[in-house]
Amino acid sequence: MATDAAATLPDQAMAPQAWRIHSVRRDVASNEVFSWTLYPEPGVELDAAPAPGQFNMLYLFGVGEVPISVSAITDDGGIVHTIRAVGSVTRSMQDLEAGAVIGLRGPFGTAWPLEQARGRDLVLVAGGIGLAPLRPVIHAALQRRSEFGRVVVCYGARSPGDMIFRDELDAWEARDDVDLRITVDRGTAAWRGNVGVVTQLVDRGGFDRRNTLAMICGPEVMMRFTASALERRGLKPEDIFVSMERNMRCAVGFCGHCQIGSHFVCRDGPVFPYPVMEPAFRIREL
Amino acid sequence: MNELLAIIEQEPFFEDMAPEHRRLLAACAAKRSYTAGTRLMRDHEPTETFWLIREGQVALESPLREGSVAFQTLGPGDILGWSWLLPPYRASYDARAVTDVHTLRFDAGVLRERMEADPTFGYVLMKHFAALIVQRLQAARLQALDIYSHGGSEHGH
Amino acid sequence: MHVMAPQAVDTLIRLLSGDGYEVVGPTRRDGAIVYDRVGGLDDLPVGWTDEQAPGHYRLRERDDDALFGYVVGPHSWKKYLFPPEETLFRLTRQPDGSFVTEPGESHVPPRAFIGMRACELAAIDVQDRVFLGQAVQDRGYAARRRDLFMVAVSCAEPGGTCFCASMDTGPRARKGFDLALTEVIDATQHFLVAEAGSDAGRAMLDRLEPRPASDTEQTAAERVWAEAPEKMGRQMPGDAREVLNRAFEHPRWEETAERCLSCSNCTLVCPTCFCSQVEEVPDLEGQRTERVRRWDSCFNQEHSHLVGGPHRESVAARYRQWITHKLATWHDQFGTSGCVGCGRCITWCPVGIDITEEVTAVRRDPEGRG
Repeated sequence: MATDAAATLPDQAMAPQAWRIHSVRRDVASNEVFSWTLYPEPGVELDAAPAPGQFNMLYLFGVGEVPISVSAITDDGGIVHTIRAVGSVTRSMQDLEAGAVIGLRGPFGTAWPLEQARGRDLVLVAGGIGLAPLRPVIHAALQRRSEFGRVVVCYGARSPGDMIFRDELDAWEARDDVDLRITVDRGTAAWRGNVGVVTQLVDRGGFDRRNTLAMICGPEVMMRFTASALERRGLKPEDIFVSMERNMRCAVGFCGHCQIGSHFVCRDGPVFPYPVMEPAFRIREL
Repeated sequence: MNELLAIIEQEPFFEDMAPEHRRLLAACAAKRSYTAGTRLMRDHEPTETFWLIREGQVALESPLREGSVAFQTLGPGDILGWSWLLPPYRASYDARAVTDVHTLRFDAGVLRERMEADPTFGYVLMKHFAALIVQRLQAARLQALDIYSHGGSEHGH
Repeated sequence: MHVMAPQAVDTLIRLLSGDGYEVVGPTRRDGAIVYDRVGGLDDLPVGWTDEQAPGHYRLRERDDDALFGYVVGPHSWKKYLFPPEETLFRLTRQPDGSFVTEPGESHVPPRAFIGMRACELAAIDVQDRVFLGQAVQDRGYAARRRDLFMVAVSCAEPGGTCFCASMDTGPRARKGFDLALTEVIDATQHFLVAEAGSDAGRAMLDRLEPRPASDTEQTAAERVWAEAPEKMGRQMPGDAREVLNRAFEHPRWEETAERCLSCSNCTLVCPTCFCSQVEEVPDLEGQRTERVRRWDSCFNQEHSHLVGGPHRESVAARYRQWITHKLATWHDQFGTSGCVGCGRCITWCPVGIDITEEVTAVRRDPEGRG
């Protein structure tokens, strides 16, 4: 029996499009973390501009594809992706220089609920390279600073040398309308800042428990304990959002790899309300 | 005294405490400031004190670690010191003011006597400190896990 | 109600071939009934049946000439609509470092499927929801799904691992077909009852020149429909979804994991399992490469790959994922169960793990006290 399946499929959702690396930024002494500013090749256009929190599938010709969150959106149609070289594809990407062409399809997934934060305090908690997916929401919040109450940015890194975007952190530090708190798990003799887990930055409060929206991005265990700390400070679970990490491959709910219970992280996430993901934090190997 | 009570009433750590218990605490408290570099506690030395940090940063350092690198820092709202609660009442690390620090300093020797004499008060304060210790323990565990080392990923966490 | 002689199936196959369809149906090969190209009635397993039990499948000759006297084998129609291997894209490097992406799909002939069982119609409806019912549609699936001519057969003799009646998907084919056949065979009579389910089906039925059913023929067909559900080898509890949604931490999964080989047979024979992975297949010169999609399975450890290691490392977690997805979370995702009751996963499990028994065991002991 024939179906009426539309012949006009948004092929772009599945096929890598050519984007050129305009510039490469390397963070961290080991060069393990790098950022690309990308512009589309002539004739390439996205269906929609990516929103903070969403991700693209980045593709390296002859090697493979990986999901990478948007790390910044430029005013002139460029997209920044921050990548950590940890797998075979990302390690191959590590050596590319400006001028190289990579494949990109997207944007996919859910965005940070910045509109819900209007008129409220905003608490953004990042752990490790989890700062990258939160960066565009920090940029947007600072651009529209008057729409929000207090803006608290908490960042936890392994050590001072593992911190990324230090120049940007310094710029936020210098602003008196951002409450930037940084901590490292392991200090050094030269480090004058906080030492300890990122949750203790949340424990210090400084936001209105009844009128705050929180967004967390980092390793799962860090998000779990940060959400608990925020609850302890009196935030309602539904005012807390997390960004989940699973094996996203197709990005459109076809391949089955990124399921957490009922949810496809690629389609229903990666940004979820904390109450929706709470079971995933609790049930082992869900 | 009224000023000290007012400070205590505003601190989350003392939340949910009965007014008479807060008054007991205020009676043992005094405002104290320390200049940067001052050592508030020294590993293994007897301690009959705890502090509520109101401003500034204190680093906890283990002399066992090379070059006295801080394993944890405390800041406004944090409580420093619980060695006074249990024998042998000796500090288990160094505490050093990183910046100028303003605190409420509590005379824990007197408090401990009050806790013995008034088990209800003793239980309440012990419960608050137990919660604090558990929180620090969990934080230390997380720190030990080295969560950012393999964290993340291809998706950008 | 229309009646045709068994030989009409031969005519049907030839008419469909003549109309340009690639006709696919059940055929006997390597000791099993599989789906492949058929040119006429002779290619069908006429006079054969299958014995099925957990971890057991055997063909046996019948003492009659039934055309469809067996149930489903290791193949499902999934292999045609969602092939085990498919080139999604071919990419070619350009002199300026850029690349050009072309679709990998070549022309697909319209296909006619002969002998689809009710559970298999239901399975296609399930996969339609996955590949056509989401925000993005799968281009290849849509192309292959289009222009399909579907000839269903209502099961008269459900097999030992069948439980479609309890999944409400069969054994009678009720919708989603162009033509549906019911075979009536006993010592005195052998005929097919035919129903059309679409305009294309009605047009084809006319060309087969059936005659109206007599009262006795109608009664005989109705008896087949009435009695078949009673012959199910197995039954799925009606509250499987609720049972599993409460059983994430149930100790049963550890016990089942001791038997489960994590071989992924169940997911390969399942007509609804849709997990896949895409591999990069470059040529030696590095100038051309292909994105090739292959079936994957949630029983493979790499399925849940994360940088720190696979997320579902234990077999228990993978078995739980499979059964819970199939029977519970699938409802949340696609508005239907992912299980259609065909029983393939039971028959083709090398150690005979039985999905109905797993649910029943958890249901009987929800707290896992043993």
